[in-house]
Amino acid sequence: MDSNVKISIRNLYKAFGSKKVLDGIDLDIYEGESLVVIGGSGTGKSVLIKCIQGLLSPDEGSIKINGIETNNSQSYQKQMHATMGMLFQGGALFDSLSVWENVAFSLIENKKFRKEQAKIEAVRVLRQVGLAPDVADLSPSELSGGMQKRVGLARAIITKPEIIFFDEPTTGLDPIMADVINDLIIESARGLGATTLTITHDMASARKIADRIAMLYQGKIIWTGTVKEMEKTDNPYVMQFVNGCAQGPIKVEV
Amino acid sequence: MLEKCIENFLRALGKPLVKFIISFGELILFVGKALYHAFMPPFYIKNFVKQVLDIGFYSLPVVGLTTIFAGMVIAMQSYSGFGGVGAESMVADVVLISVTRELAPVLSALMVAGRIGAAMAAEIGTMKVTEQLDALVTLSTNPFKYLFAPRLWAGFLVLPLLVLFGDVIGIFGGYVIGVYKLGFNAANYINATLEYLQSLDIVTGVVKAAVFGFIIALMGCYNGYRSKGGAQGVGEATTNAVVSASILILIFNYLITEILFSK
Repeated sequence: MDSNVKISIRNLYKAFGSKKVLDGIDLDIYEGESLVVIGGSGTGKSVLIKCIQGLLSPDEGSIKINGIETNNSQSYQKQMHATMGMLFQGGALFDSLSVWENVAFSLIENKKFRKEQAKIEAVRVLRQVGLAPDVADLSPSELSGGMQKRVGLARAIITKPEIIFFDEPTTGLDPIMADVINDLIIESARGLGATTLTITHDMASARKIADRIAMLYQGKIIWTGTVKEMEKTDNPYVMQFVNGCAQGPIKVEV
Repeated sequence: MLEKCIENFLRALGKPLVKFIISFGELILFVGKALYHAFMPPFYIKNFVKQVLDIGFYSLPVVGLTTIFAGMVIAMQSYSGFGGVGAESMVADVVLISVTRELAPVLSALMVAGRIGAAMAAEIGTMKVTEQLDALVTLSTNPFKYLFAPRLWAGFLVLPLLVLFGDVIGIFGGYVIGVYKLGFNAANYINATLEYLQSLDIVTGVVKAAVFGFIIALMGCYNGYRSKGGAQGVGEATTNAVVSASILILIFNYLITEILFSK
């Protein structure tokens, strides 16, 4: 295995009942790179990210992080969670906690920071994602969608993770706020030197944050390449998806 | 012909039966996992204290109201049943036994199941469908330890205290009816209550309450954890939590009574 490979996925299969969602995924994500997986709704992008994180158990296949097999190794998965961050599609902020408690959750529960110290750190990271300190004491339900994404991003990066996952980071945001989030993702990831895996169907976001793009279709990675290569590709599936055409080899079930 | 009938019967039975067996197996696995994590560190004391307040302190008015009226009704009904013959001591005895062994534990548990079981299922169900449970895992925190263990411990430990409180209030309800409505002598009524009071009565109620408290928390957590979809899934989980806890409370009430009192 290439020593620069941070995450290596081989022959990954996952089905729910008779529906095959991942049908033999092979994918390498290199250290420090930003890989964006694109694909239509329901193609298994979220399932892929959840399998890598151990939130779902694959039916078959291998997932190696830092060269160590994580599939079915709960102890290693738990160890890896400490070095990972995740921005969820809907934010997944804890309703019962204030904004700063959400951001500092890992510091308080896992790193045993004192509350005052954790709050100072949370406010610092909130500033880093463009949120004023007075937001810290609000409840997540008092925030707009864009602010919730920023808080989710702050929670994902506060422990300085090696790997960050972004699940549809710009979904539900207006184009300007989406671009702000894209900039924050780039800044945060570069600042930490983290490896990032983003799943999205927002092509503007993919173009902006990706070092490399992979396209998922019918449970398989059917194409990988850089943004420049994507613009020039003659792969009909990628062309149809990138240009957002109803006509083409990808049939949408209506 | 008979073989065909049996085959059709088994075929019709098959799918729901398999579904039931799968659900039962999942519940057993969930219980095993929850018990394992309830005894293994780390323990989230702050979450436990919060649950103690939610289940215990904030349920005091509901339990108090339920048991006082139950005690009052039992006093009136038993007086009516005894037709005034030696009623003073008998009413005190019947109120004591009914409240401590049955009414306080069962009615309190059913009320808490409605109040707390539903709230637990709704909260955990919402966390499930909004990926907050996944977020916990990605933050290196096990939901079984962080969310479920504190609830199970609180249910198991707090409901007996609530029932002891309910015992006192229920007996007081009987006293109020006995003395102020039926005209019994207050001192005689209290003496009769103390004379008939046995530790078994209290122990029975406390044992039942501990089991019921565990069941309420378990059903709340399990149904919340299993909820799927959006608002509809959370709604179903909430209903299932209350219904399943209520049925299990009644079944376990019989089983515990059978164990403690069968001769």
